[in-house]
Amino acid sequence: MSVVQNFPMFSIVLGLLCAIACFAAPRAWGRRITLALLLLSGVMQGCVLWYCYVNQASYRYQLGHYPAPWGSELTAGLLEPGMGLLFSVVMLLSVIGGGRHVGHDVADGKQHLYWVAVDLTLAALLAMCYTDDIFTAYVFIEICTIAACALLAVREGGRNLIASVRYMVFALIGSSLFLIGVVFTYAVTGQLLFPQLRQAVAALWEAGTYRFAMTVAIALMTAGLAVKSGCFPFHGWLPDAHSQATTASSCILSGVIVKGYAVLLIKIICRGLGAQVFMATGAQNVLLLLGLGGMVWCSIDAIFAKRLKVMIAFSSAAQIGYIFMGIGMGTAAGLTAAVLQMVSHAITKPMLFLAGSQLSDASHGRMDFPSLRGAGHRNVPAGILFTVGALSMVGVPLLAGFVPKLYFAREAFALGWQRWPVLLGLAASTVLNVLYFLYTAVLIWLPQEADCRFKPVKPHWDEYLPGFIFAGLNVAMGIHPGPLAALIDRAVALLGR
Amino acid sequence: MAAMFDHLLHNYEEAAAIALLSIGFCMLLFDRNLLKKVIGLDIMNSGVFLLLADRGYIAGGKAPIMAEAASEAVRYVNPIPAGLVLVGIVVSVSMSALMLALTVRVYQTYRTLDVDHLYMLMSHRRKGGRA
Repeated sequence: MSVVQNFPMFSIVLGLLCAIACFAAPRAWGRRITLALLLLSGVMQGCVLWYCYVNQASYRYQLGHYPAPWGSELTAGLLEPGMGLLFSVVMLLSVIGGGRHVGHDVADGKQHLYWVAVDLTLAALLAMCYTDDIFTAYVFIEICTIAACALLAVREGGRNLIASVRYMVFALIGSSLFLIGVVFTYAVTGQLLFPQLRQAVAALWEAGTYRFAMTVAIALMTAGLAVKSGCFPFHGWLPDAHSQATTASSCILSGVIVKGYAVLLIKIICRGLGAQVFMATGAQNVLLLLGLGGMVWCSIDAIFAKRLKVMIAFSSAAQIGYIFMGIGMGTAAGLTAAVLQMVSHAITKPMLFLAGSQLSDASHGRMDFPSLRGAGHRNVPAGILFTVGALSMVGVPLLAGFVPKLYFAREAFALGWQRWPVLLGLAASTVLNVLYFLYTAVLIWLPQEADCRFKPVKPHWDEYLPGFIFAGLNVAMGIHPGPLAALIDRAVALLGR
Repeated sequence: MAAMFDHLLHNYEEAAAIALLSIGFCMLLFDRNLLKKVIGLDIMNSGVFLLLADRGYIAGGKAPIMAEAASEAVRYVNPIPAGLVLVGIVVSVSMSALMLALTVRVYQTYRTLDVDHLYMLMSHRRKGGRA
């Protein structure tokens, strides 16, 4: 066995160990340990991705000395390390860009706990990507929920406590639905590992036995992960959670965490249940409709938002709708478009949160739109970054946001009755995106009023660096999406094997 | 009807587990009191664990500890559900502890545990300007 094949396990264990180290080490070390972890994790995921790409194969990694069904396993193809790499890089840039706000928003005595939560989040997300065991997935879903709640609740002031409660209530409902679904699945099939589970489910479905029980189990697991991802109409917790957290947490919650659950759902569908059985239950049509509903409904909510971060958060809920729409298309190309949407959103939304916070800083911490008028003149780099992010979200060509929309539209023509709902949903959502994002992008560049009491801020260039890296990635993906799309195509094909 | 009652009586463990699940889930979903939501979560998890443990139970089976020198074939209960229940209990306790800690902080700050009231405070907040 190659050393690289151990990296998925190493990175998960390292995340857990670093969380303990951040808790026990001198408090000033927490940030350094976390940055080192995120960097090392990114390198390890990159190595695993390269290894799988060169060999054009996925591999299974047995934990301990017990084979299935007693033991547990990880699996790595192209999707798992690819998403792990994305999560590590986005989290690294988010904590660098939002570091000053962490120092300001989190009490001195609690800052080391913040870094514990970041490390746990990374470990849980990586485990959700790599696990091949549905019960291990449940355990790390809960670890991710606890860490995400800590990321949200640790901020001093504001109404983040209420947002945390709301988040936890929804998260617990989601986890409970998922757990009940897992128990039903186990009760019917007696399997927990994905490959064995898929065989058992296929055999039961073919024999025509326990079809109702399996349908209920699939519906429960899908609904649980949809609630936790903030899919419409279960997105009630999302705007408050994403807007009330400190900037780095908003970036992580919006850019990374919700996608962890979506990746897990894709793995369960493709590896655990089998796409054929999932489609036979009709669940993919429900996901498609929920996705379309979210794209339109949450965009309308974003138009009526009174504060910038709430608007960006509602936009996240709308963008998650695209992901579920892609999963609901029920084709490999639809899944490719959904993963492209995850990548595009993960490199755009943290940039918007970072730039939005910096524009707010240039307006005495205010987030309401009248106060943000002319904020781009007071903080030019942040204004440029926000404009790039807004244009990408709208779907302007040559930026990342355009790519998944193009792939969704292209795939829509290959669908049956879903073709026109998908095309109309894409068109409506794009028009609504233009309304609220372009309005904001224009507002921040309007001339300031003569009696404006806000003064230009001194740029903190270290804070802008992550934003400009996100912008660079955005442009690179927008100009040359072919290699990434080809990689995701192969990743999706490998998932089903 | 009699057949259904007979079926329920025969599978009384599953029936009890589903009843606990339903009670807990309804409390988690519909109760306005935050503390009762946490209690609902625990009741629901108890139902899940009962259902899982029941899946592995074999009447007359022994604990799954295999002695090397075992000379006679014995029936063991399935160890996997027992392991899952143990892991699940740890996760459930962690979630309950976190929810209770949040509940205490919420009560100290807002002097209420009514979630509707708390959400109303949040919607008022949204209308304001400051972050």
